[in-house]
Amino acid sequence: MLTKRIIPCLDVTLDDACGTVVKGVEFVDLKRAGDPVELAKRYNEQGADELVFLDITASHEHRATMIDVIERTADEVFIPLTVGGGISSVETIRQILRAGADKVTINTAAIKNTELIKEASGIFGSQCIVTAIDCKRNLTIQPDKNMVTLEDGSRAWYEVVIYGGRTPTGIDAIWWGQQIEKLGSGEILLTSMNRDGTCGGFDIPITSAISETLDIPVIASGGAGNIEHIYEAFIKGKADAALAASIFHFGTYTVNEVKQYLQEKGVPVRI
Amino acid sequence: MKTIVIIDYGLGNLRSVQKAFEHAGARVSISNNVREIRNADGLVLPGVGAFYDGMVQLQEIKYAIYDVVNDDKPLLGICLGMQMLLTESEEGGRNKGLGIIQGQAIRFPKSKFKVPHIGWNSLDFKDANSFLRNIDDHSYVYFVHSYYAKTSPEYTVATCTYGLEFAAIIKNKKGNVIGTQYHPEKSGDVGLQMIQNFLLRC
Repeated sequence: MLTKRIIPCLDVTLDDACGTVVKGVEFVDLKRAGDPVELAKRYNEQGADELVFLDITASHEHRATMIDVIERTADEVFIPLTVGGGISSVETIRQILRAGADKVTINTAAIKNTELIKEASGIFGSQCIVTAIDCKRNLTIQPDKNMVTLEDGSRAWYEVVIYGGRTPTGIDAIWWGQQIEKLGSGEILLTSMNRDGTCGGFDIPITSAISETLDIPVIASGGAGNIEHIYEAFIKGKADAALAASIFHFGTYTVNEVKQYLQEKGVPVRI
Repeated sequence: MKTIVIIDYGLGNLRSVQKAFEHAGARVSISNNVREIRNADGLVLPGVGAFYDGMVQLQEIKYAIYDVVNDDKPLLGICLGMQMLLTESEEGGRNKGLGIIQGQAIRFPKSKFKVPHIGWNSLDFKDANSFLRNIDDHSYVYFVHSYYAKTSPEYTVATCTYGLEFAAIIKNKKGNVIGTQYHPEKSGDVGLQMIQNFLLRC
């Protein structure tokens, strides 16, 4: 049976003092705290199904460093690796895949240039192209938007936001998801900015709405604070995969603990 | 040390395949050079891109591949590389494959099961094959595909179920050619063990 995937996400940045590090990591027993390659190995040993590296510096000068991190990880960790952050051209995608990544996530660039999804999936295959949708609840009722019923019974549509959530686009997230699928994207990485960083649980209404509307897999992201939240993302949110950062980085749970819990509750996982 | 040639047809992630084979103890070269292909101890036909484009890239080297196979040397096809071993595929119209194993690559039907089939799914062994040495039945491996191989039981080593049961590992009659629909190079320890098993035959 196809299992639900647990995906630790590593926010990779450049720190002048220690080189490349993963933000917000509190493992004290690592040889080099925050070394992305060490962390990738750790999560692999814990049973992670995939890994996501998000390059949060994402500037051109740092691209070479990111490529090096991908290469060193792919040399030692034999599970799927996805890389995102500031990707805006076919050439960058080619470099990242050549370095050993299996997929890339495209975010802001997909909104600004929809042809990029089509072109990249045509060249590298749909399975390589994950499109990230960052969205935010918008409570103004608009007839041309897909209204979603929230937990308290009120209704909102979800607006796509770009530049790390700073810029609203006026685009309906559900409509955008359908376009992404038509353009050839193989998966969606869905983050609700209402939940991201809150540790208050995934945004279930939009996760289930997009999962049920689309034919391609949906990775739920943003808000995982405990083990129950991940269970909810699969059962109520109908997500195909769940991405989490802080609960793994802070050592609250290991990936294996999450999977054991899910298995006890009847969710198919790889153990 | 065995020399493995990973056939290069221009696109995608070959580094992971290379590193997995090196990890398993092989000397690896990535090449589309006919002489290197003929001299290899074993060949890997990796899986990247679309079927038609892949077959176009193989036109100039396919006779070298046939020679290696006829010499009883091992060949491992991965994902699209496995599908190209078949007679034909319906991806992008109807296109001819290498015809090393009789069968067709066909698209998953529209159903409640999402396409592509992405993620870790379990194998059901159908054949006692040395490729499965030290691997438990029902082990999980990593799949990413929208088309699957339709072939007869005599060429099927293991199946997987996703809405329907399909061939996850196939072989030719002589058994020196193996194809995996999943990515052994991305299937953790299980995949590395399979790569080691393949190398033992090289």
